[in-house]
Amino acid sequence: MRRLLSQPIPAFILSVGLLGVTAYAVSHFPRSIVAFMLFQASILVLYFARMPAWVKGPLAAVTLIVLMPVVGSINGYYLEIAIQVGIFVALALGLNIVVGLAGLLDLGYVAFFAVGAYTWAVFGSPQANQFLAGGLFPLPQWWFFVFLLLGVGMAAGAGILLGLPVLRLHGDYLAIVTLGFGEVIRVLANNLDKPINFTNGPKGITPISRPPIFFDPALRAVGIEPDPNVIYPLYLYFLVLAIVGVTILVNRRMEDSHLGRAWEAIREDQTAAQAMGVPLVRSKLLAFACGASFAGAVGVLFSAKQVFINPESFTFMESIGVLAMVILGGMGSIPGAVLGATVVTVLNLQVLKGLSLWLNELRNAGTTIFGWSLANLPTQLEPAKYERMVFGLILVLMMIFRPQGILPARRRHRELADGPGEKR
Amino acid sequence: MAVLLEALGITKRFGGLTALDHVDFALEEGQIASIIGPNGAGKTTFFNVFTGIYVPEEGTVTFAGTPLLGKRPDQITQLGICRTFQNIRLFSNMTAVENVLVGMHCRVKLGLWDVLARSPRWTREESALWGRAGELLSLVGLRPKANELARNLPYGDQRRLEIGRALASRPSLLLLDEPTAGMTQGEARGLMELLRRLVRELSLTVLLIEHNMRVVMEVSDRVTVLDYGQKIAEGQALEVQRNPRVIEAYLGRKGAASAGAAGG
Repeated sequence: MRRLLSQPIPAFILSVGLLGVTAYAVSHFPRSIVAFMLFQASILVLYFARMPAWVKGPLAAVTLIVLMPVVGSINGYYLEIAIQVGIFVALALGLNIVVGLAGLLDLGYVAFFAVGAYTWAVFGSPQANQFLAGGLFPLPQWWFFVFLLLGVGMAAGAGILLGLPVLRLHGDYLAIVTLGFGEVIRVLANNLDKPINFTNGPKGITPISRPPIFFDPALRAVGIEPDPNVIYPLYLYFLVLAIVGVTILVNRRMEDSHLGRAWEAIREDQTAAQAMGVPLVRSKLLAFACGASFAGAVGVLFSAKQVFINPESFTFMESIGVLAMVILGGMGSIPGAVLGATVVTVLNLQVLKGLSLWLNELRNAGTTIFGWSLANLPTQLEPAKYERMVFGLILVLMMIFRPQGILPARRRHRELADGPGEKR
Repeated sequence: MAVLLEALGITKRFGGLTALDHVDFALEEGQIASIIGPNGAGKTTFFNVFTGIYVPEEGTVTFAGTPLLGKRPDQITQLGICRTFQNIRLFSNMTAVENVLVGMHCRVKLGLWDVLARSPRWTREESALWGRAGELLSLVGLRPKANELARNLPYGDQRRLEIGRALASRPSLLLLDEPTAGMTQGEARGLMELLRRLVRELSLTVLLIEHNMRVVMEVSDRVTVLDYGQKIAEGQALEVQRNPRVIEAYLGRKGAASAGAAGG
């Protein structure tokens, strides 16, 4: 397989073939989780296939922009999974900057996600009427896009706010303080319902406006009657895709610049980095702000997608989950963060749930193995309930056998142009 | 020649230990000067005071007319002092060329926007940076190993890479903390050749901490001897070598007596 993928033509045939076959399989067996997972695997094959960028780029674009929505329209749940994957990919990429590149262990990352989510939730729902007079809320739908930017700004601001007091800390101390920060934000969301009701406390906020279907007239013009139940998932999918695209672009540009190199230098040796002229304060604050801003954008989107949010969505476990994605994929590696987020999300949403369903079916059918009826299986045995355990097991095994992650960061080799001082 | 770096009455204490005790020091432009002394004499502490890592309890440091006390290490680097470390402190998981590029950080005049938008300015500046990094690597003889991870380089190469990285910030004063430690006599001589060339070609001033006496005697215009945080001798290499207090510091009182007898 590896040899096939290393040559352009076989690689092209193989990856296109796999995509085609698996997409066809999904359309034939819309309820088969295996088929959809094979489809996802063939996207991974496409990533590994070595072919010229002008072939691979369009191929990837077609897969994500055309094929995935088609697959998603066959079974809406797959689109939901794709959206969730996208949200976590953006989160993992943001955390990757803070933890992977700058080496600042942040255990409260989900706080920035919460800041973004609440920014839109409060003003995109009637909630803001509780403390602002005039009955202006919920704001018209098109404000969603303004708040997408505002969410980025708010989260970046929160990032700097967190960054300022913890600048002198590193390692374990930093981790503990960020953990506390994460909890503070959650507790604030939980308790800011009195004396003035900002967040509606543990009851959460609903209904939150969704983004406007601004292309509605265009759709009607071509004769499509937009059905919100079909349009919204697709629409959100494309929004997530766009955010992920921007996130990857920003990540790559930062990484290849003097700012990214400064982050890595801080991760490697903070004292040496400062002695070489890297301003620690500014660089670290930038890392915090940058990482947080992605979480903010995706948080706004999350609240619009869910229509309802409450503090329960932003617990410590979520922070750990995102951190695990980054570690699983490979610290400091962009493809790693993407893959890590995908693997973990799919594992949680599909594999373990699928296993539970399957086990249930077997139990109900009363299948017998080696003379022992599966109907006797305790009902508590449900893989979906052991999500964290399975997940922890995978992490432990990863740390033992592949501590650098699935797709570790690769150093870019770059040929240096022959300078005038060159001697050969 | 003008005085480039001047320290007056520097005192640095760590709890009950006085690491530096009212030390005066001056360095002229274009010189290669050495600080020697037994282990624990306060040499590295002196360096750390110059580079802003430690703030002394008493005294002042001026560099080219600018007071340095209270400035952060990165600001001092920007002013034109850069250093290497006694125990090599490279960015081990970055390549040789990336290490040098980090050294240029304080000379990069690009904003966040240039980076995000990949402006023409960014493209131009970035390729200039890589070009200069290549030149610096050639200068320290590491051009063929530009893409090697720093931690995979042999020891001698790591020492030279550290010098290359320090030069990347375009310093006018280079502080080297035991640059030939662990090197063979031949490697050390090569390094000194390089230092002389740097002083000539880049109009650099160099301050060394060194234990290798042959190197010190060969290369330094001026030698300062520290012992127990005090300056016990200063002057040209040969003078210092004969100074009884220096011999005493290195060999002990008894050794000094016999060395003096043998010398006399």
